[in-house]
Amino acid sequence: MALSAADVLAGIKEIVEEVAGIPAASIELDKNFTDDLEVDSLSMVEVVVACEERFGVKIPDEKVTDLATVGDAVNFIVNAAA
Amino acid sequence: MSQRRVVVTGLGATTPLGGDVASTWAALIAGKSGVRLLTEDWRELLPVHFAARVAIEPADQMERVEMRRLDRSEQFALVASREAWKDAGAPDVDKERLGVVIASGIGGVITLLDQFDNLKEKGARGVSPHTVPMLMPNGPAANVGLELQARAGVHTPVSACASGAEAIGYALEMIRTNRADIIVSGGVEAAIHQLPMAGFAAMKALSTRNDAPERASRPYDADRDGFVLGEGGGVLVLEEYEHAKARGAKIYCELVGQGLSSDGYHIAAPDPDGSGVQRAIKFALANANLSTKDIVHLNAHATSTPAGDVAEANALRLALGKDADHVAVSATKSMTGHLLGGAGAIESVFIVKALQERLAPPTINIENLDPAVTIDVVRDTARSLPSGQIAALNDSFGFGGHNVVLAFATL
Repeated sequence: MALSAADVLAGIKEIVEEVAGIPAASIELDKNFTDDLEVDSLSMVEVVVACEERFGVKIPDEKVTDLATVGDAVNFIVNAAA
Repeated sequence: MSQRRVVVTGLGATTPLGGDVASTWAALIAGKSGVRLLTEDWRELLPVHFAARVAIEPADQMERVEMRRLDRSEQFALVASREAWKDAGAPDVDKERLGVVIASGIGGVITLLDQFDNLKEKGARGVSPHTVPMLMPNGPAANVGLELQARAGVHTPVSACASGAEAIGYALEMIRTNRADIIVSGGVEAAIHQLPMAGFAAMKALSTRNDAPERASRPYDADRDGFVLGEGGGVLVLEEYEHAKARGAKIYCELVGQGLSSDGYHIAAPDPDGSGVQRAIKFALANANLSTKDIVHLNAHATSTPAGDVAEANALRLALGKDADHVAVSATKSMTGHLLGGAGAIESVFIVKALQERLAPPTINIENLDPAVTIDVVRDTARSLPSGQIAALNDSFGFGGHNVVLAFATL
């Protein structure tokens, strides 16, 4: 099932807020998970697993390092679900 | 050079009687029980249906996002440490002279078991990346050390139910030997879960008085039938005396010494001769430069087990001799339950408060004093302690035959 970028962004906002306590309002496409949102490496694993469960996609470990920004993650998930 | 003296400048606690030191102490002096029926369905799997949960859940004391990365034992450590640090005036100290020594008897056992459930249900991907930092027994100390940026050393002695007291003794030595000027020390435990409870029940160590949980923890009573598992923790800020004076700190009392020994007798049963306990008391008095005449109060280990209470009482009588007649003995586990690795720490908090308020807490639930107990137990209501310079002891013993005695004195 195709996912819209807006839906995925909304889902990621909820997940990052839940896992890392970052207010959803401050989570935007161009934000870097590490530098801007201060999601540490352990919490990033939680974010990835939560995204897999929520969106029904697989995010291989070797891809995770490529997902620097929220926008990278949205694009990956939309493409993976297409 | 004279020995560096160590004083107590801050206290923190979260216990079955209250979410901080003030509410815990008020309930303790009022003789309230913190023991309740468990509400979880799994209690039906066990012969014991009750425990002493903390009065205030960590969820009401810290942020949700912070909580989810912390084992319950680590949450207790942070709650108690924050209170203690604030009570000490949140001093601006040299981080390289600041240490943390916080113990736990079992570590993050609830995390370990919950994550094993996740593994079975969802596979390896379902196991939290926070699992290891949450289950490691040094996790409570490490998290407090991280928060305070302590750089003189972060340590976790483990000796079952003596762990909390051993941590405070370790901190005493760190300051005396000039490794640090100020240490956040104590002990925590969070093991109210069906597996550890089933394990203790299998040893016949737990009370099964299911029809009257609040009456179940009854140290020194003739009909005691085991301990009641508690949870929570206590923290003391220990500080080198001149350092505390220089910054104008509020000083509660002095931690004057410790005595350590081991039984070499049995993995879990107390040595009925109590010779190890007697030696620990003797060492503590010598280390503190006190005599038995100076001791007016003692917070006993007294867990409410048939064998342990009498073995300890006999050892106290032998170690203190005739001077035991003027030692008001309190068994506060009658109210808090047994916090395992947190026990020696909350009981040290109680000793510090007892010296400050000149008041020995009561021991509740003694309907018929065991005739084998020949020490002076403070029953039912709190008792005033003498004026002038006074000293008190805190006994803690752990499975494995570990004996720790801490000595505190007014300045």
